[in-house]
Amino acid sequence: MTHKSQPVDAPFWTPGTLTMLAFMIAGALTLVVRYTFGLGAVTNLTNQYPWGIWIGLDVASGVALAAGGFTTAFLAHILGKHYYEAVTRPALLTAALGYTFVAIAVFVDIGRSWAIWKPVFYQNHNSALFEVAMCVMAYVTVLWIEFIPVLAERFGGKIAPLAFLNRILDKTMWVFIILGVVLSCMHQSSLGTLLIIAPTKVSVLWYTPLLPLLFLTSAFAVGYPMVIVEATIVTSSLNLDSEMNILTPLSRITILLLGIYMALKIGDVIARNAYLTLLDGSAQSNSFLVEVVLGVIVPWFMLLFGTVRRSRRLLFTAALLIVFGVILNRFNVFVVSFKAPFATEPYYPAIGEILVTTGAVAAIFFLYRVFATYFPVLSIQKQEM
Amino acid sequence: MTISRRKFLGFIGAVGSSVVVPTNAQAWQSKAPPEPFGCLIDLTRCVGCRKCEQACNEVNALPKPDVKFDDLTVLDTKRRPDDKTFTVVNRCYCGRLNDRNQLIPVYVKVQCMHCQDPACVSACITGALSKKDNGAVHYDVSKCIGCRYCMAACPFEIPAYEYNDPITPRVRKCTFCYDRLEKEGGKPACASICPVEAITFGKRADLLKHARKRIENDLGKYVDQIYGEKEVGGTSWLYISGVPFDKMGFQKLPSDPMPRLSETIQSSLFSYLWSPLVLFGALGAIMGVTSRRSEKEGKHDS
Repeated sequence: MTHKSQPVDAPFWTPGTLTMLAFMIAGALTLVVRYTFGLGAVTNLTNQYPWGIWIGLDVASGVALAAGGFTTAFLAHILGKHYYEAVTRPALLTAALGYTFVAIAVFVDIGRSWAIWKPVFYQNHNSALFEVAMCVMAYVTVLWIEFIPVLAERFGGKIAPLAFLNRILDKTMWVFIILGVVLSCMHQSSLGTLLIIAPTKVSVLWYTPLLPLLFLTSAFAVGYPMVIVEATIVTSSLNLDSEMNILTPLSRITILLLGIYMALKIGDVIARNAYLTLLDGSAQSNSFLVEVVLGVIVPWFMLLFGTVRRSRRLLFTAALLIVFGVILNRFNVFVVSFKAPFATEPYYPAIGEILVTTGAVAAIFFLYRVFATYFPVLSIQKQEM
Repeated sequence: MTISRRKFLGFIGAVGSSVVVPTNAQAWQSKAPPEPFGCLIDLTRCVGCRKCEQACNEVNALPKPDVKFDDLTVLDTKRRPDDKTFTVVNRCYCGRLNDRNQLIPVYVKVQCMHCQDPACVSACITGALSKKDNGAVHYDVSKCIGCRYCMAACPFEIPAYEYNDPITPRVRKCTFCYDRLEKEGGKPACASICPVEAITFGKRADLLKHARKRIENDLGKYVDQIYGEKEVGGTSWLYISGVPFDKMGFQKLPSDPMPRLSETIQSSLFSYLWSPLVLFGALGAIMGVTSRRSEKEGKHDS
């Protein structure tokens, strides 16, 4: 089987894209308020809760969900399983867009956005955040470099520098592919190191020296499920071939990857005796149970069944649960588990924070559609009539 | 795929796998200054006059408060230091009674503890926060990007943020009157003004001895603990008290310095960038092998 990536031939303006646009405008307006009156005007952040959903969801979950990019690159380009090449471009686009919006979220969240370049020159090597920042910065660049051939395929004829860059990349792309995987492994794990420094402020359910390893293995585990979710949404909304011939084998690999994460995660709470408080009915315990049971154990057992792996609907459900589980994990670690010792009231995200987050998600969907429309991203196999 | 590329991949594979994992990964070492200054707060002496709050406000040119410093009704509510207040005094009725069966108040001054191995300094992405030789945990606004990792990391929940400044917000906290300390004989404004000598300024090591002596000379008056001697590896600011510390809202904290585990993880994984280099080499080697294989298969097919 050979695949060919082509621009999508479908009307661009649909109720879907218009809805996305509305969310984007709402998010953008919130940012105007943020840059006029300060973070305090649009967020519920306090001296007790300095990090909210912009860090827990936009940054931490965003980075995890973009793992489809390096996991598919590893499979298709490094292990040389060319069979999977059809999904590498969409996964690459998702990662490039995802990371771009992670960078934007950081830019908006830090109080002095204009100073975002400073860590490049003032470096604190003890800071896990420093390493995350450097890797994310480098990886965004690498991702867009990896995307240049796609741009060149479409516009290389008209824009000479693009074609020139593409010719150079033809020989050197392997460096960027490997670099992308290395950088991903580095910062996916270091994101988990961030809260290691605050043992007294993180719930015992999540606080473990294994946090970096758990973040890394869950990123491995969520990569292919994310590809499955994305491919299913795209192919069903654009009436394309379902690509089950690729997604089913990906789900088999996920059994192993998710299994490793599940074993570490469950082994860890048992070994530390942290599970003892699980049934106390607190928000933390319940959130942990939902994260692990619904987001890890249930989908793992689902994937064991061949009928699930071959059914488009069931596979989508299982993959969606895994994606949900990882999002909830990052949210739990950075928001739910965070105990401020002197806080008088808990943190809940403000409307402004939610609007910016939904605006960013909408923008990613919207731009994905733009790229899929104008560039050869998707592998098109028209459904037989 | 060119020959040179294949050779190069093989080469870096060999280099990568020959890089030996640093076995003598150095044990974590404290970076605490050897002879820091400190302050010893004797909670049995404090009368809650708020003179220290006032002195702090003036010396640091902080905004005028809504309620005057001589108005003691503010003590009715528990307060925390914030972006406009570097130190506050709280009143606490912790169950001790006088001979007429009335509750005796204890006054607790709160400010940055100036940890010996501060979590905020280790966390700070740009090194805007640093532990100075004189003991002060110092904030350099010119390096700050406003990520607020220091606030997330601080076990005492001290750094505060100017959330309502849209462009140039600062992290705000007690400075240990750094500039005054740098001058010969200088001490923090609060310690200078205290009318009842509840705050003693000096070298941390001397203060510890001094505190120990005060406790031992009057075992009926003091509880046998110097808060800050061991907490989070030691702090430059120390407290002694007549009431158990946990009754006044002091946290029970581990004696391990906060940065120890995270810095150990970071340095064992990334010192000399050994793990990324090994990974790069290994992946390069795999890619070399698989690309050669698929090249052969390609020839067979054609």
